[in-house]
Amino acid sequence: MSEPIQFHFNIDGEDFTSAGKASVQVKKLLRQLSFDADTIRRVSVAMYEGEINMVIHANGGQADVIVWDEKIEVILADTGPGIPDVSLAMQEGFSTAKENIRSLGFGAGMGLPNMKRYSDDMKIDTVVGEGTTVTMSFTVPEG
Amino acid sequence: MKISEMAQQLGWETLIMPDPDVEVTGGYAGDLLSWVMGRAQAGNVWMTIMTNRNIMAVATLAGVSAVVVTEHAEIDGEIVKLAEEQDINLLRSAQPTFETAYAVGKLLEK
Repeated sequence: MSEPIQFHFNIDGEDFTSAGKASVQVKKLLRQLSFDADTIRRVSVAMYEGEINMVIHANGGQADVIVWDEKIEVILADTGPGIPDVSLAMQEGFSTAKENIRSLGFGAGMGLPNMKRYSDDMKIDTVVGEGTTVTMSFTVPEG
Repeated sequence: MKISEMAQQLGWETLIMPDPDVEVTGGYAGDLLSWVMGRAQAGNVWMTIMTNRNIMAVATLAGVSAVVVTEHAEIDGEIVKLAEEQDINLLRSAQPTFETAYAVGKLLEK
C-alpha cells in the first residue's frame, strides 16, 4: 500500500443547521483526487449520516478520513452517550431523535443502516456513558 | 433532457441555476433526508417540501441535478445563497409534490 493521505475534521455539535460541512469537504477532496463517482458518493453519504448522528446524539466529535489508492477509511469518534443496544440501532426505522430533529427531515432511523449499506465494512465500538467510535472502510474498485 | 429545458417546460420558478446544462436522469420525491441520500440517483431532480439548510448538503452529497421545492413553499434567502455557493440548481414548483413528479415523469417519457 502507498502512503495514505489523511484528513481530520472537528464536528461542531452546536451548529445543527450547517452539519455536513466535513462530508461535503471530503466529497470535494475525493473528487480532486480523481476517485470514481460511485466511491465518492458512498464515502460522502455514509460520512454525512455519521456526522449528523454525532451532532444529533453526541454534541459533535472528531472525524478522520484516511485515503489510500485502493481503500478509504472513515473514523468517527465522539464522547456522547453511547449506544445501549447496537442491533436495535441498526434496524431500519429505529430512531431516538427528538421531534425538533425529525421536523428537519432527520430521525428516519436510516442513518446507521445507510452507513452499513454504503460501506464495505463497518465496526461500532461503543460504551454507554463514554462514547462511540464508528469505523467504516470502503474498497476502491480497480481501474 | 437538460434541467433548464425541464424547468422552462414545466413552468418552474428559478431561484438559482448555476448548472443549467446538467442532464436530468429521473426524479426522486421525498422529505426524509436519509431516504433521499440512500435512494436518489445522481442526476435525479429531487422534489421536496423541505427548505432548511440541510437540504443543500443532501443535494450535494446525493449529486442530484436540481432541488425542486414543491407547493411553492417559502425559501429563505440564505438557502439561495448556499445553493449558489455549492453550485446547486434550486427551483420551485407551485404544484404539490405528486403533480410535480407526474409532470416530470410525463416529460421524461416523451
